[in-house]
This record gives sequence, C-alpha cells and structure tokens, in this order.
Amino acid sequence: MSSGQHAADSPKSGQRAAQNSPKGGRGGGSTIDPAEIEKFAAMAEAWWDPVGKFRPLHRLNPVRVQFIRDRTASHFGREAATPEPLTGLTLLDVGCGGGLLTEPMARLGATATGIDATGRNIEIARLHAAQTGTRITYLPCAAEDLVAKGQRFDIVLAMEIVEHVADVDAFLAALSRLVKPGGLLFMATMSRTAKSYLMAIVGAEYVLRWLPRGTHDWNRFIRPSELARGLRRHGLDIAELTGVSYNPLKDNFHLSRDLDVNYMALIKATEPIKPA
Amino acid sequence: MVDPKADKALSVAGPGESASEEIHSEVAIVGGGMVGMALAAALASNGIETCLIEAEKLPDLTGEAFDGRSSAIAYGSQQVLHGIGAWDFIAPEAEPIRDIRVSDGAWHVKGGDRGIASPFFVHYSFMDLPPGSVPGARGHDQPPFGWIIENRAVRRGLLRRLGQCDNLTHLSAAQVVELDLGAERRIVHLADGRRVSARLVIAADGRQSALRRMAGIGARELGYNHAAIVCTVTHELPHEGVAHEHFLPIGPFAMLPMTDNVDAAGKRRHRSSIVWTEDARVIPLLLKLSDAELGQEIMRRFGDTLGRVIPIGPRFTYPLKLVLADTYVREGLALAGDAAHGMHPIAGQGFNMGVRDVAALAEVIVDAHRLGLDYASLGVLEGYARWRRFDNLAMVLVTDGLTRLFSNDLPPLRLARDLGFFLFNKAKPLKRLAMRHAMGIVGDLPRLVRGERL
Repeated sequence: MSSGQHAADSPKSGQRAAQNSPKGGRGGGSTIDPAEIEKFAAMAEAWWDPVGKFRPLHRLNPVRVQFIRDRTASHFGREAATPEPLTGLTLLDVGCGGGLLTEPMARLGATATGIDATGRNIEIARLHAAQTGTRITYLPCAAEDLVAKGQRFDIVLAMEIVEHVADVDAFLAALSRLVKPGGLLFMATMSRTAKSYLMAIVGAEYVLRWLPRGTHDWNRFIRPSELARGLRRHGLDIAELTGVSYNPLKDNFHLSRDLDVNYMALIKATEPIKPA
Repeated sequence: MVDPKADKALSVAGPGESASEEIHSEVAIVGGGMVGMALAAALASNGIETCLIEAEKLPDLTGEAFDGRSSAIAYGSQQVLHGIGAWDFIAPEAEPIRDIRVSDGAWHVKGGDRGIASPFFVHYSFMDLPPGSVPGARGHDQPPFGWIIENRAVRRGLLRRLGQCDNLTHLSAAQVVELDLGAERRIVHLADGRRVSARLVIAADGRQSALRRMAGIGARELGYNHAAIVCTVTHELPHEGVAHEHFLPIGPFAMLPMTDNVDAAGKRRHRSSIVWTEDARVIPLLLKLSDAELGQEIMRRFGDTLGRVIPIGPRFTYPLKLVLADTYVREGLALAGDAAHGMHPIAGQGFNMGVRDVAALAEVIVDAHRLGLDYASLGVLEGYARWRRFDNLAMVLVTDGLTRLFSNDLPPLRLARDLGFFLFNKAKPLKRLAMRHAMGIVGDLPRLVRGERL
C-alpha cells in the first residue's frame, strides 16, 4: 500500500461511499477529503514518537483511553481495573492513524479493527502492532466501506476525526450504522469557539508549535450542540458530554466541565437502528 | 491482611543454573535493596511480571554486618509498606516515634559528662495535629510521626512479602555487566552469561548506580568533609518514643528510639539508634574507642537524658554525599531511590524519598498497564520523573541547607537559629506543616502514600 493509494482515490470505494452518502457526496463521493489526507500522510512517520509531532495525542491518550475503558466497562457490566476488561467486545477505531488508540484497546482485550483512509498510516500501524505483538485488523478504507459490508461493532471510536471529514452528515450516518444496537459510540473533537481558536490554532500550532501549522481548520470544529443535532438526525442521542482540559504545569489532560475546546461524547445506541 | 503463616517458599534462582538462559519478564528491577524489593512487591502483586536482580546473596542482605543502619520510616512510607502488603511483617520490630525534639545543642563543657542544649528547642508532639488531618488514619487515633527500624528488619519483612508474590522471579548473587536499551525489549546481561529481557528496566542499585552509568546518565555529586557514624546504643532510661535531633556545631546528632530487646544474659534493655555526623578526619579515631569511651563521647554530645549510654553491636560509617542524577528516565529505563538521588541522611529522608519513588513509579506503571498503554514509553515515564523530581530536589535542598546552616557556630548565626526555633514553636500552622512534612504527607501524593489501593 503506497502513500497515495488510499480508499478515497479508489474508484470502487468511492462508488460505494457515494451510494451510502445521503447527500450523494462530492468529488469522489466519500466523506474523506483528499486535501486533509495529504496533510496527515506527510506527518505519518512521527506517529509513535511520544515527544515528536504527535506529542499532544500521546498526552491526550491516557485520559481518553480511561474514559472509553471506564464507560465501556460500566455499560457492559465489567470491572474496569482488571486485566483485559474489554475481552469479547468488538471495537472499531475510525481514523486510527498510527494506532495510538487502537493498540491500547486491543491490549485491554477488545477484538479491535482500525481503519484509516491514509494507506501509509495503516502500514505504520501494522508495523507497530507487529513489533509490540498486538493483534489488530488494520484496513485502509473509509467508514462507508465497512457499512457497505454490513459490519457492526460493540464499540465504535471516532476520536479527533469528525473535524477532518468532508461531509459530517454522511460520516455520522456511517457511524450510526457501524455501532451495534446496545453498543457504544465514542466521539472526540473540538468546539468552534474563540477559546478553541486561541488554544488549538494560535497556541498549539503557532506559539507552542506542537502541531504543524494548518493541522486543524477552525471552521470545521463542531460545537457540542451541532454534534448532538447531527447525531439525532441518525437516531443517536448523546448520553454524556465531558470537556477535556490541559494542565500546563502537569503537562497532562484531564476531564473537565469546560466544553469550549476539546470535548468527548458518549453515545449509547439503545434503539435498534433501521437502515436508511 | 497478611497472614505470616501463608509464606510460600521463596522462588530464588541461584547463579549458574544455565549459563545461556534468557529470562523473559515485563519489568526488570536491578538492585534488590529496600527500594527494589518494595517496588517488586508493588508491581508483582498488581499483575505485572517482574524480575528482581540482586547482586548479593540473599542471606547476606539481612545480616548485621551488611547494614547496621536504622531508618526512620515516615508515616507516609508506612502507608506504602502497608499498601504493598509488607507492613505486617515489619511492624513487630518497629518502634513508633511519638515526639520529636529538635534542638540547637552545645557540648563545650570540658571534662563534664553533661551536654548543655540551647534553651530553645522545637518540640513536636503527635497531639499537636488536629484529628482528621492525616490521610489514611482511622478515627480519632493520631498515628505516630513514623517508626524507627533496623534496615535489615525492613529487608527481612520485604523478603517475606516477596515470598508470597506471584509473577516474581528473584535472582540473587547476580551481577549485571551490561545493559542493552534496544527498542521494545531491553536486555540486562548478567556476569554468569544469563540474560534478562524486559520491556522496562528499573535501576534501584544505589547512589553509585552501575545501571545509571551503563545508560549514560550523568550525576552531579556534592561531597562534604563529613561522615556519619551509625550504631545502636543501649541506655538506662526508656526513651518514651521520643526522637531527638541535636544540631551540633559540626553537624546533626540524632538519637532515634528503637524497640527494646533482650541481651545475651537474658536482661531486657532499652535501645536507640544514633546517627552522628562528624568531621571525616575524626571518625577513624572515634571508631577505635572502647564501648565505654565511645559511650562517654556520645553523652558529651547528647547529655544524660536517657541515663548512661553504651554502644552495642558493630559501628558503621558512611560518607555524607549528595548524588543527583541528571535525568530519572529514558525510553525503557527509570531510576528509583538513591540511584536517582542519594542524599544526606540529616533529616532521615533518604529511604522515605525512595519509598515515595516506589509509590509514584508503581502508580504510573500500573495505571498505564491498566489502560493498555506502553508503560516503558518516555511519555509515561516522564510523568513519574516530573512528579518525583521536584519533591526530591526540594528535599535535597532543604537537607543540604540545614547542614550548612547548622554546621556553623558563628554567634550571630546561632542566635538567629535559636530565635527561629522559638518563633517556629509559636507559629502553630507552620509547625503543623513541618510535622506533616516529617510524616511525608504533604504535596501531590501517590495513592499508596494516601493509604489507598494501587
């Protein structure tokens, strides 16, 4: 799989995505934006360097893994602080990148699948999983491709990804069809506020230079209310919203009530979701 | 609750079993002293496969000749030892400290056997702390500040605890000759040809840490022209659980209460442990004195508060030096205890700082492990380094500063000191803070120190 050969460029997957997108999509018809993919392919090598370009994601990882683990354990009636509390559950990580989140989930016992539209990311993720001896299915494809195959999962993760997709509504539609009835969908993104502009764009990209300039497009950030409205269109309700705040003194992230910058949403797919 | 009868035979692997053997583990701890053993107990009992590598033979570790020192185990450290399941094995030999008396002493009385302490002293009593101000303490019982216990008794207790642990391989008489910090697996090469491979290597091999050197981590050393004499003494009168610290012109002199025991003739005797700082040039002369003569010298400094004092057992001397590692962590490697920060024994904090390292490092590793994260990654280990570095540095600076302040007998300085003691005694909140500090319960505390489960 070469770096340019990702699902969005493949005519087959583009077709499928077009069929599955309620709005018919644009360009290739997928929710994937080719320009966004190029940006990440350029950064891919650095995925697993904890002090490299993806340092913020590495710092973010403990708090989001814990949120996912704890909510999943309580939803499925398991003890969170035991080895492999997610054993027997199927999990899909949409936009898995280098596998930063997929690997811990697999180590916690989940039967994990990671998908990413950037083939290069999937290669990196596969290589790393082989090095660490972690069993994960990595596929270079879009969420729509799995919908077309009729696959469903107990847990679907869409963390730090919705702000990068071209067609948010189509993406949410795909997510709603990937999570099993009775399953959980976790989402994380950034809100479109003055504060997030200051912190995520000016702070992280220009002042601290944690992220290359242009990593994020502030106009694509999504307010919690917009996310809730978008999910409701596809029969999903947010069960819990939590802010994720950065503590510069401890250099870590923690759960907070501040939804103005980073936030996470827990969605319980309680009702059986009818195919559109 | 630990049932001492539940001891399993120690799974001790001796040297020379199979020369080219490779032992696979998740964590390898090099250095099986108090810090290494405590860390091994914390990790192994939380489901992390651990290999503890000790250079000495195990029986030697608990012999009187190996280490005659006693440690002041602060309340916070006791909580940690309890949390890792070792305290019940140690408690019978630990003497609680109920009061601490700190004074600015003088011993200039020629020919007399009675030292004259300054009229100003700081008196800490555990009654001074309001109920409920100590984490982990139950009800209205105020716990002691800490306990005095012989290091070898701590080692014995930890060894018994390790004997109960699954997930543990305990290698003894195993010399580390080479460290290979490759990606994913780290290899520790032993002198007998065996190898231990692990995801994370922890160096707990003391202030002259060979692992630290092998990993290419530098250390700053600050030497004093001082050394400490450490020995056990008997005295006529009971100590009533009071710890004394006299600041003498040359350095601090501490008399720390130990448990009573029975002598060879079957007679019950009161014991204390002394830590006596002296000019390094004087120490060889002192060590040559007879027990009676040395007892006289002790009383010249300490006074006759406890009646006649006679040293018993071997005498030890340790140079006073500060050693601070440039960094605590590398990808796949962490330093703990004296390997990270060897410090002056003036405030009795060396072991306690090491125990807090244990609590913080175990917490960081176990938490990451429970989240399926790679605990050997620099990102995770940095959390430990940041957490402990500030605390340890603060303690080093305080003990270093105390030594410099008190190792000086200029009259104005002494007056300032005494005035400071006087005011300090009157300032309740400040005094309480200092007491809580001595108990090791100030700051951003690891769960084990707070008396919580890992």
